[in-house]
Amino acid sequence: MKMLKTILKQFLNKPATTMFPYVPLENFEGTRGHLVFDPAKCTSCMMCMKRCPSQAITVQRAEKIWTLDRFRCVMCGNCVDVCKFDALLMEREYAKSATPAQRSVETYEITYVKPERPKKETAE
Amino acid sequence: MWGEYSRLHSHLLWLGLFADSLGFESLFYQAWKIRESILDEMEATTGGRVIQGVCKVGGVRRDVANSFLSDMDDRLDEIEDEMKDLTNVFLNDYTLTKRLVGKGVLSKEDAYYLGAAGPTARGSGLDLDARSTGYLAYGDIGFKPVVEKGGDGYARCAVRCKELFQSVEIIRRVITDMPEGDVFTPVKGNPDGEYFSRSEQPRGEVIHYLKGNGTKHLAQFRVRTPTLTNIPPLVSILAGCELADVPQIVLTIDPCIGCMER
Repeated sequence: MKMLKTILKQFLNKPATTMFPYVPLENFEGTRGHLVFDPAKCTSCMMCMKRCPSQAITVQRAEKIWTLDRFRCVMCGNCVDVCKFDALLMEREYAKSATPAQRSVETYEITYVKPERPKKETAE
Repeated sequence: MWGEYSRLHSHLLWLGLFADSLGFESLFYQAWKIRESILDEMEATTGGRVIQGVCKVGGVRRDVANSFLSDMDDRLDEIEDEMKDLTNVFLNDYTLTKRLVGKGVLSKEDAYYLGAAGPTARGSGLDLDARSTGYLAYGDIGFKPVVEKGGDGYARCAVRCKELFQSVEIIRRVITDMPEGDVFTPVKGNPDGEYFSRSEQPRGEVIHYLKGNGTKHLAQFRVRTPTLTNIPPLVSILAGCELADVPQIVLTIDPCIGCMER
C-alpha cells in the first residue's frame, strides 16, 4: 500500500533529473568555478605564486609573464583572497574539462603601467 | 554548522551506497537526490560542494547572511520530511531487516579493546563520540551521542539514520543561536609548541597532531583517520560470517580507501 502511494507520486511529479547539457546549470553566487586573471592590474608582487597550494601559478617578474596551469588549479581561492590589487577573480561557471593531451599552461603578459605620481614640490 | 552539513551529506552518501550494495538501486538514487539538496546548501554558503575550503588559521573565510539562514530553516523542513520516508525504508523494510539483523555482530568489549571509532563503536553500545568533549560550539548546545545496542549491521545502520535527524536538529539550533560578529581574527607570530586535536567526522574520530618549532614551517604533522582504527573490529566481525554477507558487512563500517591507506 505504501508502494502504491510512491508509484502514484512518481506519475504526478515532474522528473527529478535535470537535462543538463540542454538546460544550463544553475549554481550559486559564491561558487568557486574557475579563475580569471586581469593582466592590467597585476603588479607582479608574486604573492599568488607563494600562496598557491598546488603551484599552479608562476610569475616571472623580469619578463612580465604570468602563467596558470588550469589542470593544477584546485579552485581554492587563496590567490583571490591574497591579491591586493584585485587582479584575480573567481567566476561562477565550472571549469571546462579537457584531456591530458590538451593540457597546456596559459600565459598572460602583464600589461600593468605604474601610474605616475605628481612630483612633490620641494619646499623652499 | 558546516561540520553538521558535511555529516549529513556523508551519511546520505553511505545510505545510498549501502542500499546499492543490497540491490536496492532506486533507493540509492533517492538517497543521493536528497544529498543533492544538501550539497546545494553547502555550495551556496561555502563555494564548494564537497571540498569546502572555508577554514583558515584564525577563523573561517566566509560569513553567512541572516536572511539566508532563515530560508535555510524552511528548506531543512523539506529535507527532513524526505529523510523520514527514506529512513523508514531502511529501518522497517522486511528484506532489509532480514539481511541485517544478527549479521556481523561486534560485542561491546570487542569494540572497546579493538579500538572501534564512530558509528561502528556507537552501534555496539559504546558511548564514544568526540563531540561530547565540547569542542567548537558543541558544548553550548547540549549534545548527546546516539547509541544503539545490538552490535550488528542493523544497529550501525540505525545509528547513522538517527544521526541524520540529530544533525538537522543541531543545525536548527545553531541557526537560531548564531552570534553576530567577526568570523576571523588575525593571527600573528610563528607556530611553536605542539597541539593535539580530536574532532568527530562522519566515520569516526579524527586526530590531528601538529608540532611547530618557532619558524614558519611545521616540524611534524600527522592525521589519524577513523577507517584505519575500524579495521581490526572488521576483521573480528568477518570471522564466521557467510560469504554472501561480506559486502554488506564491510560497508557497515563505512570504509574510506584513502583514509585506510594512511
